[in-house]
Amino acid sequence: MAITAREKFDNIIEIKNVTKIFDGITAVDNVNLAVRRGEFVTLLGPSGCGKTTLLRMIAGFAMPTSGTIMLEKQDVTTVPPHLRPINTVFQKYALFPHINVYKNIAYGLKLKRVLTGEVDKKGNPIYRKLSKDEIDEKVKRVLKLVNLESYGHRDVTGLSGGQQQRVAIARAIVCEPKVLLLDEPLGALDLKMRKEMQLELAAMHKNIGITFIYVTHDQEEALTMSDKIVVMTDGAVQQYGTPKKIYDEPANAFVADFIGESNILSGVMKSDFLVEFCGTKFKCMDKGFGKDERVDLVVRPEDISIDGKKGALKGEVVSSVFKGTYYEMEILAEDYQFTVQNTVERAVGETVFLSIGPDGIHIMKKLKTVNEFDGVVSSENTVAFCGGEFEFVNFDGLEKGAEVRVKIPFDKVELTDDEKDGAIGANVTQTLYKGSYYQVQVYTDDDTDFFVDTVDEWDMGDRVGINIKPDDITVTLRERADEIAAEENTTEDSADER
Amino acid sequence: MNKNVKTGVVWSFVALMLVFMYLPIIILIVFSFTDARALGVWSGFSVELYVDLFNNAQVMTALGNSLILAFVAAMLATLLGTAAAVGIFHMRKWKKHTANFVANITMENAEIVTGVAFMIFFLVVRLPNGWITLIIAHTMITVPYVILSVMPRLSQLNPNLYEAGLDLGASPMRSMFTVIVPQLIPGMISGFIMAFTLSLDDFIVSKFINGNVSTIPIYLYNALAKKGVDPTLRALSAVLFVAVLAVLIAMNIVSAKRRKKQLVL
Repeated sequence: MAITAREKFDNIIEIKNVTKIFDGITAVDNVNLAVRRGEFVTLLGPSGCGKTTLLRMIAGFAMPTSGTIMLEKQDVTTVPPHLRPINTVFQKYALFPHINVYKNIAYGLKLKRVLTGEVDKKGNPIYRKLSKDEIDEKVKRVLKLVNLESYGHRDVTGLSGGQQQRVAIARAIVCEPKVLLLDEPLGALDLKMRKEMQLELAAMHKNIGITFIYVTHDQEEALTMSDKIVVMTDGAVQQYGTPKKIYDEPANAFVADFIGESNILSGVMKSDFLVEFCGTKFKCMDKGFGKDERVDLVVRPEDISIDGKKGALKGEVVSSVFKGTYYEMEILAEDYQFTVQNTVERAVGETVFLSIGPDGIHIMKKLKTVNEFDGVVSSENTVAFCGGEFEFVNFDGLEKGAEVRVKIPFDKVELTDDEKDGAIGANVTQTLYKGSYYQVQVYTDDDTDFFVDTVDEWDMGDRVGINIKPDDITVTLRERADEIAAEENTTEDSADER
Repeated sequence: MNKNVKTGVVWSFVALMLVFMYLPIIILIVFSFTDARALGVWSGFSVELYVDLFNNAQVMTALGNSLILAFVAAMLATLLGTAAAVGIFHMRKWKKHTANFVANITMENAEIVTGVAFMIFFLVVRLPNGWITLIIAHTMITVPYVILSVMPRLSQLNPNLYEAGLDLGASPMRSMFTVIVPQLIPGMISGFIMAFTLSLDDFIVSKFINGNVSTIPIYLYNALAKKGVDPTLRALSAVLFVAVLAVLIAMNIVSAKRRKKQLVL
């Protein structure tokens, strides 16, 4: 069957505004995604990011709380799994232990109905079962495809992990699904086997031309096999693109940190194609940011060159580890510890100069730099929010009881070791190293997230107190704050259009 | 404590247990092969008591009733218990606890209370005592044991197995019967055997609701009450004991074989 260009480039799966909430927890948060026919798409993210939930909704095992899933332009959101032309390779294979390899593979075929090409009196197409010979032929062909030709009569429980994996794949693809879903299928295999299967899967995808949607938390696996990668965290898509695009141009600090080794720094855009960080101005390839806008930037370890005599940044080698084909060195320059990969080793303690070419720097929009909360003025110079009371400098003469918007920049929040030293208590839920400082996310007892930029290192799960100096709290009347936000949004939108 | 002393204590405990539990039974079996009327008198080897037993129409009817009742009740309990186990296994949190608790009531409850409760219940719903009431009651008191033997099989299953069936095009019903049920069969068989033996020797509950249907335990009780220790009862007890023992040994051999097979795999 010839595939026309139009068919080749249309979307086989479209996910529109899909949200899934379990017991009040949002597992998948308003995801939009289109998968083209024949592509190998990987859903990549840390455990608990919602990737498996999203896969289960495509398979039909879970129903979205809201949103629609389209398969070949048809809404299949509420179609039960056994009526979807989609098959799944499960995490632990889920082979049927009571029947042999052959019968496992034939299971789906026995249930399959194919068009006879005829129609009944009402004009509905007539379906028929596959004949025994047809089933036999298909099973034998797929067994050959997965290199298990002589294993048909074997008990599935007696097979090795890799062989069980192949049976699971054979069982799914023999049904000729429109889309094959794979839920961390290589997770239970040892490293060597995993590498082999990665290549085999990629080759199989090329040969059979079925659309693959693959779930993994292994970024290397994703980069090796996929046509496109969907990076997810906290139930939301962070970036969707080719492996190269995601590696070279991560959309934000999370993606940069998750994919590959990276140096993530905070900088300021001085003008188009010029960024300042570590007290030095660097040429870069990005434009379209505001003047003096604070940005995140990523520099890959292999994009930093080292010289003994001259360079943009002067630093000292802190450590060096041989990684097989290169040395991975930690170099301290301007208070930032750079990870650098180079084939030439520099001795620990040696003074070196680092330079970074314009194409080695990728600028990312800073997501947010200021915490915003709704609060109430509780007395002449205190404001209550997040379950605590904080002193502030009341410039505007706000009255007691006024509903206000409170803003605190990330770097003005102080964390204390002892919860009692802070105005409110919180737990550290995430820390991200940004070069010269850490961005720490804490979760208050009042169920709100605080972001804190700090030079101190905090561990996940640490119990901390939060303090804020009166000078660092900006308080505006809530109505006024909303007006300002609305204005800012319109200007931003028009800037994007330009 | 010295190791030798420890093993000594353990072994004497085991020996005492065996003596007190099995000596009476062994004595009974030995003396079932003599035809003296009084227990403890050996008047030479004879199978007279067994001949009497198998010629006793009342005993044979009771035995037939007991076997039919045990079979039907164990069948029903296996079906109900398996369905209940699958349902309870997939419940969450408090629902699961509640369902488990309710399912276990007849097992944890004093049998005499269960018996009286059934009697009153059948009286209220005007169901005459007899086969129907016996089957209902025996099914209900054996269901928890089936649930208990099926549940562990369920928790050992790959959590995606049922979904794999759906995924390959099986309807929910079909996936349940062609994928999940085959995995549960060993648990169902041991549940069935347990239910069968429990029904076979139930006396307390049966006594309240048997109507005019006689079962072996009821026949035994009535015979003792009426005629005192009838010597044929020795033969009957011996037959019952050996039969149940044979079933239990067979069960253990089968499960040991299965375990061995799994180890090889």
